[in-house]
Amino acid sequence: MKIKKLDSFMQGVFLISALISVMAIILIGIFVFGGGIPFIAEYGLSNFLLGEKWTPSNTPAAFGILPMIIGSVTVTLGAIVIGVPVGVLTAVFMAEFCPTKLYKVLKPAVNLMAAIPSIVYGFFALQLIVPFMRRLFGGTGMNMLTVILLLGIMILPTIIGMSESAIRAVPKSYYSGSLALGASHERSIMKVSLPAAKSGVLSSVILGIGRAIGETMAVVLVAGNQPRIPDSLTQGVRTLTTNIVLEMSYATGQHREALIATAVVLFGFILVINGIFLLIKRKEAIR
Amino acid sequence: MSKVTIKELNLFYGKFQALHNINLPILKNEITAFIGPSGCGKSTLIKSLNRMNDLVEGCTISGEVKMDDENIYAKECNINLLRKRVGMVFQQPNPFPMSIYDNIAYGPRTHGIKNKQIVDELVEKSLRKAAIWEEVKDDLKKNALSLSGGQQQRICIARALAVDPEVLLMDEPTSALDPISTAKIEELVIGLKKDYTLVIVTHNMQQASRISDKTAFFLNGKIIEYDETRKIFTNPKKQETEDYISGRFG
Ligand SMILES: Nc1ncnc2c1ncn2[C@@H]1O[C@H](COP(=O)(O)OP(=O)(O)OP(=O)(O)O)[C@@H](O)[C@H]1O
Ligand SMILES: [Mg+2]
Repeated sequence: MKIKKLDSFMQGVFLISALISVMAIILIGIFVFGGGIPFIAEYGLSNFLLGEKWTPSNTPAAFGILPMIIGSVTVTLGAIVIGVPVGVLTAVFMAEFCPTKLYKVLKPAVNLMAAIPSIVYGFFALQLIVPFMRRLFGGTGMNMLTVILLLGIMILPTIIGMSESAIRAVPKSYYSGSLALGASHERSIMKVSLPAAKSGVLSSVILGIGRAIGETMAVVLVAGNQPRIPDSLTQGVRTLTTNIVLEMSYATGQHREALIATAVVLFGFILVINGIFLLIKRKEAIR
Repeated sequence: MSKVTIKELNLFYGKFQALHNINLPILKNEITAFIGPSGCGKSTLIKSLNRMNDLVEGCTISGEVKMDDENIYAKECNINLLRKRVGMVFQQPNPFPMSIYDNIAYGPRTHGIKNKQIVDELVEKSLRKAAIWEEVKDDLKKNALSLSGGQQQRICIARALAVDPEVLLMDEPTSALDPISTAKIEELVIGLKKDYTLVIVTHNMQQASRISDKTAFFLNGKIIEYDETRKIFTNPKKQETEDYISGRFG
């Protein structure tokens, strides 16, 4: 009898813990959408999403976030272009080629990369990448390329960690089957093991995209933050996240609502990304 | 004629000696069966014929395995080329998670055959040889993992044949299969004899007696008896052999 009581008590505890996170996500949704949707309705969805001018202090004020959408999407894509090949190849190396001694250093290093606070990455970029870019292209050195490099590095631990475990989870029998046909170690891994891990690798890329598009503190330090549509990678950029963080502290009234509506758009991006992630997982489970 | 000759082979996993002074000929265009109780070293010996033992850490080998006249454990031996010449089918069917076509084409592509027409022909020829062409010919794009276990094993045989090996090693190729699939594979294996030299490990005495020409009986890492299969099963010379095939131990 007593055990049974304890059981149902623990069950209650688990349930409440689970409910807390569900409640949190619901509250966030209500807050963000509740705060942002009325503004979008009033200002007009296309004026908001496709507007090229963000001038909150002008009269009349303009709240077009197209520059920020373009900024966010471009730097995220750029980060993927840099981070995915480097990350996936590193994962292959760590899972299949790395001598044990080196692995014992490399693995904790990658884990540490994931734990470093993003402001530290921003500081690193400010000290290293910005001067480098300034020398290369002139100007302030705070441009899209800087952000892309920074984000490319920041998504590495996500991509490396998940891809490595996906590669390790591939049955060894594929690898030995390939060797037994006379294929080399390298070919067996690149042509059999790695493709067999593709859904895990793809998931890591999607999570990397999520990380890159949501990154704020590191980006705001080095992006230049001009709210205009950049026409080259060597110009400064403002992303959706930095748009919010730069102005939230002093925004009031409609300006404040426009920033919350920016969060709605960001939220939408994240939802889509996670939806794709779930789809891949589900397809995996069916197979 | 002996295709593969094993001479004074000793094999160690670390300090543990798994094979003791093995001497054995594998005759050309015949089926040689390895039988014996679990853990006696059958898989170990078959894997030393295509050097898959190289993957096992701490595995050391002395002695010789000659293929035609070449010692495959000589320094200058090209292991990838050796494995092309000595194919292997595993106990658990292990097709790659890709299409049937790509599974079969993998080996030829590995060895430099790029011409699509030649690859197409090889795929068909190999699937026919493995007696599975009729079942899959309309569906070559299908993922090989969606086939039944017996079909998967025949895909694996086709995949091994596609690189045009001289010897085919099979380690309990039917132990994971149902009787009907097993019968199909046995029939297929007998048919392969005219083009290939085959070695098969089996726990199934009927299977060994049905399909093999020569049988080697193993116990504790040693070959106790090697002879014509018919003789081993009707008139073994050693008491241990008789005890084993009549099911008294193992
Ligand atoms: N990788 C390994 N490392 C250490 N010992 C091994 C290894 N593989 C096999 N052995 C040992 O070598 C001996 C022979 O093993 P082997 O797998 O060749 O037996 P087998 O005759 O194929 O048995 P089964 O019929 O169960 O497949 C066994 O005692 C086994 O424990
Ligand atoms: Mg075995």
